[in-house]
Amino acid sequence: MLPISAPPAIALQRLRDPAWPRRLTGAIVALLILWPLFEWTEFKIWTLWGPESLKQTGNFLASFFPPKVSTDFLAEVARETWRTVAMATVGITLAIVLAVPLAFLSVRVLSLSALTGRMQFLPAAVRETVRAILIVLRSVPELIWALIFVRVVGLGPTSGVLAIALTYAGMLGKVYAEILESGDPSNSQALMRNGAGRLQTLFYALLPQNADELTSYTIYRWECAIRSSAVLGFVGAGGLGQMMDASLKMFDGSEVLTILIVFLLLVWCSDMVSAWLRKFLS
Amino acid sequence: MKPMTHTGIRPKAIFFLLACCTLIIVSFASLNLQFAAFFDQGTLRKMGLFIAELAQPNWSGAFWLKLLPAALETLAMSALGTLIAFVLGLALAIPASKRSLSGFSLVRSSARWLLSALRSVPELMWAALLLISAGLGPMSGTLALALHTTGVLGRMFAEALENVPKDNAFALSVRGISRSKIFFFVQVPQIAPQLVSYTLYRWENNIRAATVLGIVGAGGLGQMLSYYLSLFKMPETSSILLVMLGLVLVVDMLSTKIRRMLA
Repeated sequence: MLPISAPPAIALQRLRDPAWPRRLTGAIVALLILWPLFEWTEFKIWTLWGPESLKQTGNFLASFFPPKVSTDFLAEVARETWRTVAMATVGITLAIVLAVPLAFLSVRVLSLSALTGRMQFLPAAVRETVRAILIVLRSVPELIWALIFVRVVGLGPTSGVLAIALTYAGMLGKVYAEILESGDPSNSQALMRNGAGRLQTLFYALLPQNADELTSYTIYRWECAIRSSAVLGFVGAGGLGQMMDASLKMFDGSEVLTILIVFLLLVWCSDMVSAWLRKFLS
Repeated sequence: MKPMTHTGIRPKAIFFLLACCTLIIVSFASLNLQFAAFFDQGTLRKMGLFIAELAQPNWSGAFWLKLLPAALETLAMSALGTLIAFVLGLALAIPASKRSLSGFSLVRSSARWLLSALRSVPELMWAALLLISAGLGPMSGTLALALHTTGVLGRMFAEALENVPKDNAFALSVRGISRSKIFFFVQVPQIAPQLVSYTLYRWENNIRAATVLGIVGAGGLGQMLSYYLSLFKMPETSSILLVMLGLVLVVDMLSTKIRRMLA
């Protein structure tokens, strides 16, 4: 057996990056482009270490400890946590109710006229219109929907729920349609060629084929909706976000810390539940 | 022939459906939703008026001149926030990835925990928290975007580092090349396409987030939006919404183009 010997070490001082002039120029050019970004965002990070700001940050952080754990405060946090979850759940339920018909209307696989050549003008136009509606729904962030609804119906969970419903309907509708179109179309085509209606094709070919993916995407979105619903509280939709907003405005660090911890726990729990559910169902 | 049976799936599906229905019903019941009030005559008319006003954006040149700097600010916030997150994410991905089997599991798990905490707090919440130390304005927004995105990118980068083929790094390391050199000259170039494409994807996300951060006072178009909306100035609000949509479209296009160029 051959003795194992270390490979010869390369003389390290001779190792130079052959491309360094190019890299240096690249870095300088990048910095020149970056400069206006720093200007426009008023990014003066050193002000964070200024004595005034440090004192303020220090005071605020010091007020974080200990987190507030009095019983009635915790009870309130628990109530608002449930509200956050409930808002997300109701929102996503309404979003599904909206998204399902829109997705079915826009799915190209369910076109009868496309079975024999090109889709006819009217069906194609309907599908494109529905797609456009979905784009509009999801390109307005839920927070802006909420701001608008809060102006109309006033503060409270109703506006938050509607905001989640609209934005998530846009996302779900688009992805549902994509999932339904991504599979092998031969089953649904065979059914339709033999005289099955579009609804029959939907229920006997498309849905069974893609049920797993549809469910798991919906669960994933529910998890996202919980985070959204907490954020919506900042514009007055209730839940943990609104509580945190109120505590922040009163500089009550100990309350903020408790809410923050509960929020993180909520996110991690929903993450775990959603991962477990997806595994459980597949 | 025996018909296909689903005995393995049915109880699961029924259990899942029951759980979902319960959650949904309890949620609806506990929320005190006022859909009746939402769909009554007065509210519907108010809504109609609102939408009618929204349909007439303010096109005056003076107002659009005011919009331009806010739009640039939003764009800069999203770009700088993403860039900072790229650097911090890469830095945190090194300890968070399972590259060597040496006993630094404490470092690794704390890095992972940090990344998870960073990404679990949404941008808007970070912005609200940062306002205390960084003050009102776009810097808080930029930092908020950077912190949240660091959590997201750090985890993706760590996964990319773990999945990189190890042959090249091993070949150099047995020749005595230092770990930092291997990292910068072997591993980073190997995962560079992934790094860039994740980062661009997050930039698309961040321009959407940057437009709304202003609502808590963190600069950009959102700040203008909440100002005009609180005064019920709908034509101005509508113009701002148009600019937001435009910005999102521009960034989406840019990012897609860059990704195609690099692919």
